[in-house]
Amino acid sequence: MSEALFEYLLRLGDNSLILGHRLSEWCGKAPILEEDIAISNVALDFIGQTQLWLGLAGEIEGAGRSADDLAMLRDAWDFRNILLVEQPNGNFGDTLMRQYLFDAWHVLLLQGLVESSNDRISAIAQKIVKEVQYHIERSRDLVIRLGDGTPESHDKMQSALDRFWPYVGEMFIVDTVEQHLIDDGIIPDTSALRGAFDAEIAATFDAATLTLPNSSFAHQGGKSGTRHSEHLGHLLTQMQWLQRAYPGATW
Amino acid sequence: MTQEKSPEWPLWEVFIRGQHGASHRHVGSLHAPDAEIAIKNARDVYTRRKEGVSIWVVPTTAIAASNPDMKGPLYDPSDSKPYRHPTFFDIPKDVGAM
Amino acid sequence: MYAQMVKSEPRDQSAEADAFQARIDAGEKIEPQDWMPDGYRKTLIRQIGQHAHSEIVGQLPEGNWITRAPTLERKAILLAKVQDEAGHGLYLYCAAETLGVSRDEMTEMLLDGRMKYSSIFSYPTLTWADMGAVGWLVDGAAIMNQVPLQRTSYGPYARAMVRVCKEESFHQRQGFDIMMKMAKGTQAQKKMAQDALNRFWYPSLMMFGPSDAESVHSAQSMAWKIKMNSNDELRQKFVDQTVPQAEYLGLTVPDPDLKWNEERGHYDFSEPDWSEFFDVLKGNGPCSVDRIETRKKAWDDGAWFRDAMVAHAKKHKTKVAAE
Repeated sequence: MSEALFEYLLRLGDNSLILGHRLSEWCGKAPILEEDIAISNVALDFIGQTQLWLGLAGEIEGAGRSADDLAMLRDAWDFRNILLVEQPNGNFGDTLMRQYLFDAWHVLLLQGLVESSNDRISAIAQKIVKEVQYHIERSRDLVIRLGDGTPESHDKMQSALDRFWPYVGEMFIVDTVEQHLIDDGIIPDTSALRGAFDAEIAATFDAATLTLPNSSFAHQGGKSGTRHSEHLGHLLTQMQWLQRAYPGATW
Repeated sequence: MTQEKSPEWPLWEVFIRGQHGASHRHVGSLHAPDAEIAIKNARDVYTRRKEGVSIWVVPTTAIAASNPDMKGPLYDPSDSKPYRHPTFFDIPKDVGAM
Repeated sequence: MYAQMVKSEPRDQSAEADAFQARIDAGEKIEPQDWMPDGYRKTLIRQIGQHAHSEIVGQLPEGNWITRAPTLERKAILLAKVQDEAGHGLYLYCAAETLGVSRDEMTEMLLDGRMKYSSIFSYPTLTWADMGAVGWLVDGAAIMNQVPLQRTSYGPYARAMVRVCKEESFHQRQGFDIMMKMAKGTQAQKKMAQDALNRFWYPSLMMFGPSDAESVHSAQSMAWKIKMNSNDELRQKFVDQTVPQAEYLGLTVPDPDLKWNEERGHYDFSEPDWSEFFDVLKGNGPCSVDRIETRKKAWDDGAWFRDAMVAHAKKHKTKVAAE
C-alpha cells in the first residue's frame, strides 16, 4: 500500500517540480515586467508545493530521503511527472496554454484531494488548492485574451493548443497505482474528472475563438516513468548539476 | 531589429486596503491593458508580503488633482480655524475622559 | 550610482529656480505637478530611469542560476529575490513616468544604448558562490546608496526607495547566508567562495562611481538632493562595513594594500582600475553585449503578447459599450 502512495506522491511532487522549473526559466525574460513578476509567483507556488509533496513522499518511503534528495538525486527514469510539464516553454503563448491545460486538471484534482481519507494529503491539498484556484483564473483569462486578441496571437494560441493536446489524455489515465488509492478513498478517480475538465476548456476555448483538436490520442509514459521525452534529461542536467558535481555538500 | 511600435499599456494607480477597517492607501502604479488585469497584476506586484485585503485601481488619467499653486488658498484658511481641533479646548481633567 | 554618465543640466538662474532651491533646502518634497527646473527634471529622468534599468538588467546575472540552484529552498529564495528586482524596476519606472517620460520610451533608450545600467551587471556569474557574492557585495553596495535616497527631494523617487529598502535587506542577508555556507563548507566550496570575492570585490567598489572630485555635475545633484552622499564617502563606508564581514567568513579581500588606519578611523584600500570601469560603460564589459541582447530579445519576442492584450481590451470595451 505505501508503495503505491509513495509512487503517487512522486507524481504530484514531480509535476510541480518540473513545471515550476519550466516557469522559472522565464524570470527576467517575460514579455512585460508585470508578467515577469506574476509568472514568478506561480513558479514559487509550485516550488512550495514540491517541497510539501516530495517531503511527504520521502516520509512515506521511510528511507531517509528528503524532498531535495528526491528532486536532485534521481535519474530521469525515476521521475513520475506527466509528459505535458516537461515540454519546453516555446513562446509565451505555448507556456500559457501548457499552463492552462495543466491548471484545468490540477484544480479538479486538488479539490478531490481535499476530501482524501489520508489526513496528511488532505491538509496539504487544503493549503494548495487556493493557490491553484488563482492559477487557473490567471491562465484561463490569458488564454481567452490571447486567443481573441490579434490574428497573430490567435494563431500562436491555436498552434499551442494543437501542440499540447496530445499530452492531455495522460492526466486522466487510471493505472494500477492509482486504482489502489482510489479504492481506499485516498485520491479521486481522475478519469471521472474528464467531464468537468472538458466543460471547463470548451467554455474557455469558445471565448478564446480557438478550435478544440479532433483527436483522442494521448502520449503516455511520463507518470508511469516508462518513457519520458528527451526533454527531461536535459532539464535534469541543469537542475541537478551542482548536487551531482559536488556530492555531499551543504548549500 | 526595428519593429513597429506596440501601443503601450496604459498606466494605473493602485490603492490597497492593508487590513479590515483601514482606508485604501496609494501604493504606486503599474501598466495594464484593462482594469481586470490591473487588479491581478496589483495583487502580484504590491501584495507579495501579505499587504492587502482590497485592491482599487484607477487609470492615471482619471485622477483629478488640485493645482499645487493653489496650496495657499486651498489650505491656509484652515489655519485660522483652530477650534476644529480638539487640542484647542482646555477641558479640566476632573471632567473625566473627553 | 545610477547617475553613471548622468550630466547635470546647467543651473537655471531665475527667481523661480531660487524659490525651488529654497524648498529643497527646507527639506520639502517636490511632487510631479510642482514647478521644477528643466535640469532637475532631466537629471531625475536619467537617474531614476537608469536605476530602473539596473534592476531589470540586474535580474539576469542571478537569473542565470535559478535553474541550477542546488536545493528547492535556494531555488525559491533566489527566484523571490530576482522577482523583487523586477518589482523594484517597476516602482522606479513608475516614479520616472511622473516626470513625463513613458516606460516604453525608457526601454527603447536602454536597448539602443542611449541610457545605461549599473556597470556591475555586465559581469558574469560563474559559480553558485557568485550568488552569495552578488547578494552580499552588490546588494550591500546598493543598500548603502538607497537608504539615504529615501530622503531624496523628489517625492515619487523617495517613496519608491522606501518600498525598495524594505525589500532589500532580505536580499543582502540571503547572499551572506550563501557565503557563510560556502565559506564553512567543503574545500571546493571554500575555493568557490574566495574566487567569487576575488572577482566581485573591485567591480563592487566601482559601483559607487569614480571620485566626485572629477565630476562637475555631482555638486548640482547634491544641491538638488538627487544625490545624497559623495561617491568616495559611500565607497569608504562600504569598505569599512564589508571587510570585517569578509574576516568573519575567513575569506581574504583581494587587496594587498588593505589595512586599518587608526588615525583616520577607516580602512585604507586600493582604488579599482578606473579604466576598466570606463570600458564597461562603453559596452566592453564581459557581459555587456549579452545583457542587452537578452533584454532586446525578451522585448521583441514579447511584442505580440503586449499587442494582443491591448487588442483584446479594446475589443471588449467596445463590445460592452454596444450592449
